[in-house]
Amino acid sequence: MSTTATVPATDRSSRLHRDHGLRRAVLAIGVQNLSLLLAITVLVLSIGSQNSAFYLTSNLKTIGMAVTISGLLAVVQTVVIIMGGIDLTVGSVAGLASVSSAMIFSQAGAAVSIVAALAIGAVCGVISGAIVVFGRVTPMIATLAGLIAFKGVAQLVSDGRAQGYTGADDLYIFLSRGSVIGVPTLVWVLAVVAVLVHLMLRYSRVGRNIYAVGGNDTAARLSGVNINRYIIGVFVLAGTVAALAGVLITARTGSGQPVSGSEGLEFQSITAAALGGVALRGGKGTIGGTILAVILLGVLLNGMSLLGVNPFWQNVAQGTLLVAAVVIQQLRSGERRVGLPK
Amino acid sequence: MSPTPRPSASLYARGITKSFAGVRALVDVDLDLPAGQVTALMGENGAGKSTLLKILSGDYRPDAGRIELDGHPHAFASPLESRAMGVRVIAQEPEIVPYVSVAENIYLGVLPGRFGRVSQRQLTAQAERDLARFGFTGLLDPRSRGVDLSPAQRQMVEIMRALVDDAQVICFDEPTSSLSETETAVLFALIARLRDEGRAIGYVSHRLREIFQVADVVTVLRDGRLIGSRLVAETSETEVVRMMVGRDLSAMYDRTRTQPGDVALELVGVTTEDVRDVSLTVRRGEVVALAGLVGAGRTELALAISGDRPILSGELRVDGVPRRFRSPADAIAAGIALAPEERKADALIMVRSVRDNISLAALRQLSRLGIVNRALEHDMARRYIDQLRIRTPSMGQIVQNLSGGNQQKVVLARWLARQPEVLVLDEPTRGVDVGAKAEIYAIIDDLAAKGAAVLVISSELPEVLGLADRIVVMQNGRVTGELDRAEATEERILTLAIADHLSAEGARP
Repeated sequence: MSTTATVPATDRSSRLHRDHGLRRAVLAIGVQNLSLLLAITVLVLSIGSQNSAFYLTSNLKTIGMAVTISGLLAVVQTVVIIMGGIDLTVGSVAGLASVSSAMIFSQAGAAVSIVAALAIGAVCGVISGAIVVFGRVTPMIATLAGLIAFKGVAQLVSDGRAQGYTGADDLYIFLSRGSVIGVPTLVWVLAVVAVLVHLMLRYSRVGRNIYAVGGNDTAARLSGVNINRYIIGVFVLAGTVAALAGVLITARTGSGQPVSGSEGLEFQSITAAALGGVALRGGKGTIGGTILAVILLGVLLNGMSLLGVNPFWQNVAQGTLLVAAVVIQQLRSGERRVGLPK
Repeated sequence: MSPTPRPSASLYARGITKSFAGVRALVDVDLDLPAGQVTALMGENGAGKSTLLKILSGDYRPDAGRIELDGHPHAFASPLESRAMGVRVIAQEPEIVPYVSVAENIYLGVLPGRFGRVSQRQLTAQAERDLARFGFTGLLDPRSRGVDLSPAQRQMVEIMRALVDDAQVICFDEPTSSLSETETAVLFALIARLRDEGRAIGYVSHRLREIFQVADVVTVLRDGRLIGSRLVAETSETEVVRMMVGRDLSAMYDRTRTQPGDVALELVGVTTEDVRDVSLTVRRGEVVALAGLVGAGRTELALAISGDRPILSGELRVDGVPRRFRSPADAIAAGIALAPEERKADALIMVRSVRDNISLAALRQLSRLGIVNRALEHDMARRYIDQLRIRTPSMGQIVQNLSGGNQQKVVLARWLARQPEVLVLDEPTRGVDVGAKAEIYAIIDDLAAKGAAVLVISSELPEVLGLADRIVVMQNGRVTGELDRAEATEERILTLAIADHLSAEGARP
């Protein structure tokens, strides 16, 4: 039985080796990523054919800066989901970090304000992680509570209004409008964070254990992984990077924004991760896929506004994309279509 | 609710055959459950008792064979159909809805009421009438909530469900495993009454003494085949045990004999939430089997040894040094590895590759400054895939796509890669085909020959006898005996695992 079963398998793999480089390349990039690339290409060509302003360098920069904030959140959301969790607080943490950075800036200067904002994000992560691990609350519910509560804190400290003015500070100006070798600083920030997280997931022991915890936490525990430490650690990472996104919001608008600019970004980050092929049950996914999905979303939203589509359609489009991505994922997993999904 | 009571009915199953993924669970089995008789169904773990019950309850469909109820053939295509025919299997752990009343639990799915409106008052009154009718008054309060019930009461709810449905064929699946002596006595009196009312009763249990108390006829299965039936009045415990065991030992167990070395693992009076006062030793180069029935506390002991469950009192020593583990990570650092029973749920990361699964416990050894050396990892995976002959198209293959035997080898490879001093294997060949079984035995033998101390939990007696240098038998969370390879027989192990005199003497709380 077992021998007959292995024969075709070895056949297939040896045929694979003989295959042309093209097929190997397809497998290396992955079907998911290729379909994303294809979707981006189709989208770019069709938007460009309707409005050639789409191809202007200034518009490309606009897209790049627009995706930076949501891209940062999508990158850490990817890590959280790979670990088997979900973090709905990222948008609210970004808002809280944005007002905090602006308010601290007026007292203590740019560098201190940025570091303090990141620390506040980390503390938010500790809170979420501790509620999950020690309070035994599922990440979905724990961070749903955080989504509301952290937003409330941001509104409390700011009285619900934009705070401070960072528009004259060199560091904040560099973050928002500066560029290095012709590429905006904002895009650099996303690129550096994405590459670092990618390297961590792929090459470090910590990253490999994150996949293990998400794939099967009992197996990880029985193999000697301190899973509590990993869960809390990943939420701290998510909070810190979300706070970095909040600092960039402050830089772009010149003042601290408790809600505007960050509200709803948790949703975009989850959509991007799901579109990018991250398994919502954990254990599977890559930063590369998420970044492609972020670009796809950025191009789509930019195109819709260029073509003068009623902006309310943007929400409809994002919701539809999220459902479509997850439906495809679930159907491919082959689960029986009975009762509530696992 | 059922306006006309059903007439008594007898159930006859003929030539039942059922396979799962090529493994034959039942082969041409006949079973008679005549009205007005208690028929006990006995056999070792894996003999096919549960499969047979699941076919009667409509959960499984047999590959071949037919079932006759009251002279008419029936398909039993679904649990609903089986129930509609008046056939019920009382589950060992019944499904009870936690936060609703006993009354609602009893009439679950058949709630009385008009136009979808349920009157709690009527419901409770009806439950009280029905409880009184079947002699449960005082044992079960229709107002208490599902979550507050004892195991015995949960089972009574399940029995009540069958009785209000006027089931004429009722099968019990190891009903006493969670019952106290008094509760067992109540259950037996009830079973006797149901029989005297003319119902056909099936009774599955491991406990010999019970069979002789409650059953009229005992039917024995072994390896999915019917061995025979005896009138309880005309048979003996010895005969039933002989029918349950007695099978050829194959040449699969070819052990290299080595002189055992120093004691690597020693337990002295270890007590946890689930096991009491367990003492045992495993020496280097030795394979010790932990035998016993499912639920004897062996898995729980294994988890305690590997640091996943706290040891409340007693001592665990590794190489003579007393240790206290706070987590599996501590135990692994001390050289103890556990391959758990539930391979898919507890050991494998199904969505990751063979390579990732093999290296999981050894990542620290493979990395420098937190970066995993992928070349070393590749070599390690290659080495163990070759050594254990894991059949996979590539080391990048997702573990989910491997067969059960190869998945188990991946788990073994993970721990071989970590090179532990003590290896605890919980049911290492469960759900594994025969060829892979023999290979896993060879791997275990090789490990021991190289000086590892191996503790194997197994519910398969031939495996225990073939593999072990020594056999420790557990029952109800206690060690009931230890047998040397030379003196061990299936009968002796089974006696230590199921005989009730020991538990009657020692297990009183």
